Amino acid sequence: MNTREPGVAGRIEERVLAKIIVVTSGKGGVGKTTSSAAIGTGLALRGFKTAIIDFDVGLRNLDLIMGCERRVVYDFVNVLNKEATLNQALIKDKRTPNLFILPASQTRDKDALTQEGVQAVLNELSRDFDYIVCDSPAGIEKGAQMALYYADIAVVVTNPEVSSVRDSDRILGILQSKTRRVEAGEDPVEEHLLLTRYSPARVQAGEMLSVQDVEDILAIPLIGVIPESEAVLKASNQGMPVILDQETEAGQAYSDAVARLLGDQVEHRFLEVQKKGFFKRLLGGK
Amino acid sequence: MNQLSFQLKGSVVTAIVLELYRYSRAQFGEDLGAKVRQAPMFFHQTPVVISLEKLESDALPIDFVELISLCREFGLRPMAFKGAPPELGDALEATGLVLIPAGQAGRAAMPEPPAAPVAAASEPEVVVRTVVEEKLVHRPSKIITRPIRSGQQVYAEGCDLIVMAPVSEGAEILADGHIHVYGALRGRALAGVRGDVQARIFCQSLEAELVSVAGNFKLSDSLQELAWKAPAQVYLQDDTLHVAAL
Repeated sequence: MNTREPGVAGRIEERVLAKIIVVTSGKGGVGKTTSSAAIGTGLALRGFKTAIIDFDVGLRNLDLIMGCERRVVYDFVNVLNKEATLNQALIKDKRTPNLFILPASQTRDKDALTQEGVQAVLNELSRDFDYIVCDSPAGIEKGAQMALYYADIAVVVTNPEVSSVRDSDRILGILQSKTRRVEAGEDPVEEHLLLTRYSPARVQAGEMLSVQDVEDILAIPLIGVIPESEAVLKASNQGMPVILDQETEAGQAYSDAVARLLGDQVEHRFLEVQKKGFFKRLLGGK
Repeated sequence: MNQLSFQLKGSVVTAIVLELYRYSRAQFGEDLGAKVRQAPMFFHQTPVVISLEKLESDALPIDFVELISLCREFGLRPMAFKGAPPELGDALEATGLVLIPAGQAGRAAMPEPPAAPVAAASEPEVVVRTVVEEKLVHRPSKIITRPIRSGQQVYAEGCDLIVMAPVSEGAEILADGHIHVYGALRGRALAGVRGDVQARIFCQSLEAELVSVAGNFKLSDSLQELAWKAPAQVYLQDDTLHVAAL
């Protein structure tokens, strides 16, 4: 893993092209956009210049979660069609320096995405960004395939339930066969598992797959377990990436995941049922 | 990205060789029909090379276009003529099929079947023989080191398949020979798909949706009490599929 300093030295002499991270899952509603927003923000917080691209053309959501929906003028499809420049379409995040958002178009569909167009946009971004996070749409059709085609790193977002795990498995198969890296005969896409909406209590009750179950089936390294949390929904509704709320377990878990993505060794947290303290029980806290 | 839109590769394709001795439309049709009826599925859409090496000297002229269309009627798919005498070159070229010189493929010697007893009243009789060219070639096993995911299919053609990773639910692995899975087998595994009853399936953890040897299969429901989630082998004995713990 390239853990170069985002500072000056390397950037001028020998600029390495941006790493392209796809956040994907196959199944919908598992937390791809929430995770894209959190990971992108987390990378930017660590000083990396990061762009998050919403590939969900027609079902634009990332801008809501990032709280920049009112600032969308041009979108990804406008750039693909050369109706706007990349600089016009990129929205600079107000909270986090180094962070930019390229929103999807709400009025078009996935057919607007062309391989050449996507490649041109990614190439242009690669020149002055450190990380590009591609927020994939659900499914395994064109939109999802476009989002993952140019990826160097894949974060596969999975919920601890069988249908989500099966869909993630399917996406992993596509990552092994339909990416630029595979076609060019380069090293395969680096795969990471991000388990979201994890509830230790429900695992203990046998209502949910455990971390071990999911790891066993998918057989890829785990970069994070995000506990099921009301904070995630609250943050989404407020248009704020949950990683910025470091008071919450979900926010902390995303920070850990970003650290692991960058190669740090961090102990996994929030995997066990938390024992309620005496006062909490007394006060009926949850 | 690849520069070329394709890749050229050498490959060996199994084909039936039809050695023609004599030809008349009626007789050829009848004989070929009889052959095909013995094993209709075997001949369905099968590539055929028509060999003229053993053509009798008085067999010409032959309407090759008619011959080809007869073959097609019976489901065969003629793709080439082999060992054609030079004087037939133009006529054969016109059929659009490929001309292969005689004895190009190193044929394993196969004894010629004894000529069928010819009836005394000797109306020119056509004897059609299908000779499947069999070559004993050692094909290296196919080795897969990455997990085989849901929706993926891997086929080890003419050889064994060795998977050194798990095979997911919804994945399908097939081999003409044995299948070895050094990991959990959760998908479908079919060994001996071209009818090799000796083929077996070996796996470290049997959690398959389906296992099959030479078309005899068992579904996961009937595997539950047999070495489920344990190292196991699956093999065929007396037309019955057996599952045994390893």
